[in-house]
Amino acid sequence: MASLEVRNVRRVFGSTEVLKDINLSIDSGDFLILVGPSGCGKSTLLNIIAGLDTPTSGDVLIGDQVVNHLSPKDRDIAMVFQSYALYPTMSVRKNISFGLEMRGVPKEERAKTVNRVAKILQIEHLLDRKPSQLSGGQRQRVAMGRAIARDPALFLFDEPLSNLDAKLRVEMRMEIKLLHERLKATIVYVTHDQIEAMTLGSRIAVMHGGEIRQFGPPQEIYDEPADLFVAGFIGSPSMNFIRTEVVERGGDIAVQLKTASGAFALSVPGQQAALRPWIGKSVILGLRPEQISAGGNGQTAGSKVQEQRLTIDLVEPTGPDTLLFTQISDATVCARVRPEHACRAGETMALAFDLSKAVFFDPQSEKRLRAP
Amino acid sequence: MAEHAEVRTAGPRLLGRAVIYALLILLAMYYLAPLFVMVSTSVKTLDEIRAGNLIALPAEITLSAWAKAWSSACTGVDCSGLRGNFWNSVSFVVPAVLISTLIGAFNGYVLTMWRFRGSDLLFTLLMIGCFIPFQVVLLPMAQTLGWLGIANSTTGLVFVHVVYGLAFTTLFFRNFYVSVPQEMTKAARIDGAGFFRIFWRIILPLSPPIITVTVIWQFTQIWNDFLFGVVFSSGERQPITVALNNLVNTSTGVKEYNVDMAAAIIAALPTLLVYVVAGKYFVRGLTAGSVKG
Ligand SMILES: Nc1ncnc2c1ncn2[C@@H]1O[C@H](COP(=O)(O)OP(=O)(O)O)[C@@H](O)[C@H]1O
Ligand SMILES: [Mg+2]
Repeated sequence: MASLEVRNVRRVFGSTEVLKDINLSIDSGDFLILVGPSGCGKSTLLNIIAGLDTPTSGDVLIGDQVVNHLSPKDRDIAMVFQSYALYPTMSVRKNISFGLEMRGVPKEERAKTVNRVAKILQIEHLLDRKPSQLSGGQRQRVAMGRAIARDPALFLFDEPLSNLDAKLRVEMRMEIKLLHERLKATIVYVTHDQIEAMTLGSRIAVMHGGEIRQFGPPQEIYDEPADLFVAGFIGSPSMNFIRTEVVERGGDIAVQLKTASGAFALSVPGQQAALRPWIGKSVILGLRPEQISAGGNGQTAGSKVQEQRLTIDLVEPTGPDTLLFTQISDATVCARVRPEHACRAGETMALAFDLSKAVFFDPQSEKRLRAP
Repeated sequence: MAEHAEVRTAGPRLLGRAVIYALLILLAMYYLAPLFVMVSTSVKTLDEIRAGNLIALPAEITLSAWAKAWSSACTGVDCSGLRGNFWNSVSFVVPAVLISTLIGAFNGYVLTMWRFRGSDLLFTLLMIGCFIPFQVVLLPMAQTLGWLGIANSTTGLVFVHVVYGLAFTTLFFRNFYVSVPQEMTKAARIDGAGFFRIFWRIILPLSPPIITVTVIWQFTQIWNDFLFGVVFSSGERQPITVALNNLVNTSTGVKEYNVDMAAAIIAALPTLLVYVVAGKYFVRGLTAGSVKG
């Protein structure tokens, strides 16, 4: 196991800058997620870490050693690909032991390792099959087995679950997490799925357009997004963004909102320092759906939660929760309520707004407002 | 309802089938007619050929024309049949096919899995090689063979055919390997396999379909070649195609059609054999697309 550091890495293809000054650093045993929309440069960065691609400038360090000039095989890494990239003409056994054979591991030891790995992944009964005789989930396991067998310092995963159906994906996600805890491995994991990112990562790097927009632990990314992009990308359903004006109301800071039937204000607990310079100006209020719940059932009395009656345009039951959509200040706003509290579309009901975790963004720079 | 419809359409459908089969049989007969005439003529006696008509079945079957064509017919001044030339052809066709196929596989591997600056341009240039007619390369090739000191030798002929065939074999293999996921090579590199090891252990084992296609193509091309054979070899080193031409055109004595036919069939037999043995792989290889992971 080893730490990993990426320093000022840039990658230019022709005239397009695919990676712009990437800096990352994780400790041994960390589970780093690179998450971002398709085409943002995740695979390119992973390939550079693996040594399959060369950065235009910058350094990659594995375990405090600069590995820029080492070929992939000398970097002590293993990689799992989206397409699994199993060798079709070899049996599962051969697929798993090929890397060991290339490194000159003696035959008996190879056999032992294959059996140990097969046991961990429960693929012992598949060892003599060819990849074409396996299901998608089984291929996925073999691909992981190939990586584990080598016992590398660093595991690299490039969207390993995106070819699986939804149910299997959740299962394998859990297994990868268990495996990480069991092996205490350092992992870099690429995904475009923010749920995978949140559930697996110990650190998340949110990428967009070849840049890292935010790098931190999952809860921090979720609660304190650095900018509008990160706030909108992480979380499902997405955070609500409402354009609003900051006002002062009896010494308190509040935001001014309007609906079809009139205007209302919600006071903002905390964040005085960040918002005071913005009084009288327009900002973007970010509020997650779960911060808007059903009001009018007495639970909100005495708390910081504020209620407002609103007309619900659309109702989407998801099972555990029901999503209600309403219109506030020209934005479609989603609220997440318990199913028994939901009304029907077209009706009016009281929604409870909890602004203690609200975030605010500068409409120009799209950065989150922080205390100066 | 459904049954009724079935009954109503059964008649026309049957008729359609019959028409298709009749057409196919007719076409097959049309294409097989020359072969039939060749085979039947080759087992007739000369007298019968002169007396009878071309498509009549032989009255009695004799293999004497075959024996003569193989071992005693005259090709020019030399009267030892096609035997020697047959083995001449084998001796340069086999190495030429194997070498051009192997190099083609290697080129295809490099052009798809190890792209470098200008590799697409190189491929385009190679493709132009597919459209260069034989005649154009004759003179420069003769000069090159002279420089290399392999003019008028089996090695020289092998060289000529390998060079000329490379464009085709490279095209075949490149187009096959394009559908092999790049990630497979990447995985092998991380596993610690190098350039040649990946080729031998991963890529070549995937290739039997396209190897079959290439071998059939190259074998047919090289075995049937006349022009390179007649230009770059002489005397007893000539390939069977050139010898066949000489045999048929030898002007001394009577025209022995049965011997000519037998000789022509002997010259065509190896290519026929290759198709019969590997034909179904040929079709499979031509249509083989992506490699299942
Ligand atoms: N070899 C290459 N040549 C030119 N452009 C490339 C190459 N590889 C990737 N790109 C470009 O770099 C960008 C990022 O690609 P990639 O890292 O694969 O994105 P992601 O994995 O995040 O979906 C894409 O716009 C892609 O078109
Ligand atoms: Mg990718």
